[in-house]
Amino acid sequence: MQPASSLRSIAPEGASPGRRDPGVEASVRHGTAESIRLNLTPPVRYVLRLADTALIHAQRLGEWCGHGPVIEEDIALTNMALDYVGQARALLTHAARLEGQGFDEDQLAFLRDEGQFLNLTLAEQPMRKASAHSPGGDFADTMLRNFLLAAWFQLFWQKLAGSSDAELAAIAGKALKEARYHLRHAGDWVVRLGDGTDESARRLGSALERAWPYTNEMFARDAVDAEAEASGLGPARDSLAADWQREVAAVFAEAGLSLPPPTPFVSTGTLGRHSEHMGFILAEMQSLQRMYPGGRW
Amino acid sequence: MYTQAMDLAPKEERKALRSAEEAALEARFEARIDDGDFIEAKDWMPEHYRKTLVRQISQHAHSEIVGMLPEGNWISRAPTLKRKAILLAKVQDEGGHGLYLYAAAETLGTSRDQMLEALHNGKAKYSSIFNYPTLTWADIGTIGWLVDGAAIMNQVPLTRCSYAPYARAMVRICREESFHQRQGYDSLLVMMREGTVAQREMVQDAVNRWWWPSLMMFGPPDKDSVHGAQGMRWGIKRISNDDLRQKFIDATAEQAKVLGVTLPDPLLKWNEERGHYDFGPIDWDEFWRVVGGHGPCNKERLAARVKAWEDGQWVRDAALAHARKQATKEQAA
Amino acid sequence: MSDVRNEWPLWEIFVRAKSGLDHKHCGSLHAPDAKMAVQLAREVYTRRQEGTSVWVVKSSDITASDPSDKGELFDPMEDKVYRHPTFYQLPDSVNHM
Repeated sequence: MQPASSLRSIAPEGASPGRRDPGVEASVRHGTAESIRLNLTPPVRYVLRLADTALIHAQRLGEWCGHGPVIEEDIALTNMALDYVGQARALLTHAARLEGQGFDEDQLAFLRDEGQFLNLTLAEQPMRKASAHSPGGDFADTMLRNFLLAAWFQLFWQKLAGSSDAELAAIAGKALKEARYHLRHAGDWVVRLGDGTDESARRLGSALERAWPYTNEMFARDAVDAEAEASGLGPARDSLAADWQREVAAVFAEAGLSLPPPTPFVSTGTLGRHSEHMGFILAEMQSLQRMYPGGRW
Repeated sequence: MYTQAMDLAPKEERKALRSAEEAALEARFEARIDDGDFIEAKDWMPEHYRKTLVRQISQHAHSEIVGMLPEGNWISRAPTLKRKAILLAKVQDEGGHGLYLYAAAETLGTSRDQMLEALHNGKAKYSSIFNYPTLTWADIGTIGWLVDGAAIMNQVPLTRCSYAPYARAMVRICREESFHQRQGYDSLLVMMREGTVAQREMVQDAVNRWWWPSLMMFGPPDKDSVHGAQGMRWGIKRISNDDLRQKFIDATAEQAKVLGVTLPDPLLKWNEERGHYDFGPIDWDEFWRVVGGHGPCNKERLAARVKAWEDGQWVRDAALAHARKQATKEQAA
Repeated sequence: MSDVRNEWPLWEIFVRAKSGLDHKHCGSLHAPDAKMAVQLAREVYTRRQEGTSVWVVKSSDITASDPSDKGELFDPMEDKVYRHPTFYQLPDSVNHM
């Protein structure tokens, strides 16, 4: 048993009473945890698209902790969630620095309104839990999404290694190793499910039907992409489409899946307009900070 | 670590020794134990020893897995990204500990699926502390402080258990536990020292609800326990329940002062003569009720585990089917 | 009723923490095939630390010789690492023991 004295010596992190914190001050002043409002310039948007996709995907992956099909895979999925939380923290901190009002990663995660989140809508889709509002997803949805997103992130990280923004390049360098691992693990599972039993093939096929329309957004192009490309901040989304399709098609072939035909639907999460799932995700994720304005954790 | 249920197992009937040969083997076994030797998987061992270990190790494993649920409830609602990461890592560790323990039990002739079946059909037990609900964020820190604190006390002696695969698993587990209790206490300290009035009230409320169940983790009083002297000699039964409980109270009462919370026991008082804290009576009726299946969350916990297992059947089957197809292809090549 | 034939096989895991050291046995896990056994071993036993080397062996493929107190009793698991219900696949007709 650890002696009480050693526990007494723990210095709580972030304990600096003199630090000025505009978000906290605002919330204490107003007596409620009011949302912060970011100045969403194109570079900030560009980074938030990556940051928020990592964050919301991590939030979904965390649902599996304690409920996986086998303990070993439970641990693997949780490792993946931890990787994405780490990427989200680094990217949110960087976005906040670029934005310039002095916010931190937690204020961005817990005090922004839905309209200022810029994640891919794909990340919001159900993965496991059913609710009163949605039939939920399954392990096939989960692994397929892990695969599709890992392939997308890997291409981004590879290109971002050459970013004109040194911090973004550094984040990309570390994240690339993780993305390679996620891609291999998830890709192996897609093959296992596609070429496993009749039931797993059927479920994977259904998961693909659900996910595919949301992949168009991964390669849409707008002014934010154009400016990033021009300034050297990073690649435009559409420039990654061909490589992604190649990677995905190769694994799909092994899994006995074919690339579905293109659809006209383009989701708009990256523009701040989300699916119905996002409201529920944020209500849950942000609940404590909203309930305890000025709280210290 | 959650070995509290072990004392409640029905007494095993000692079968009459079959032969002089077995008597000699048993004598040699006991001599090895007395010498402080480790017993490995293939060594001869009395059937009673093997059965007791399978039950204790598997129930310990079940406790880790079920223990992921009350804390897992708060992953999606963790109040900061750092706390979310810490909680994910902690719950993941518990899964890992369950896995190490199932692996240790499997060296004794049982299989993971057999052990899980016993859990899912209610035959096997797990530590009843996990049948309580986690109602607020402060419950998470309180579980780290009190529940993990009690568990650590139970666990350290097991690193010297005579059955080596179990002892080795416990060494690995104890090494990974070190950050769990500290992080829980740290989380409470921040809320008490720097938090709002509402946060401090949340912490006190959590402590009020988790204090007594934590004391029950050490099991019934010694006078009411089924302590096999044999088990004590084999190093697979713990040190006395009452002694461990007293040690825990003495340490925790001091930690509570540092936190600035009041433990919900009006009779808790330092006794200079004894050199220990006196404390009030534990409601053992509550303990037996919860152990017997009538606690706040027993049904939900088991249902969650059964659902995860059943929902995952098609996944496990698919992986096995794929592996068999690949093996067939390789053989044909 | 659990059928041991539908369990994922058991693998023993050996990890070398850094170059220069030996691989050390650190426990077991269940996986459907070798490729996943290696990945899961990294997840479970190394928490994906870089620079570690992992060996996985199906537990039933290990031949063991343990100095142990068996006496004269016949032990069909004599050359296995330990007694496990899945190490011996009996013919289907008698496999429900």
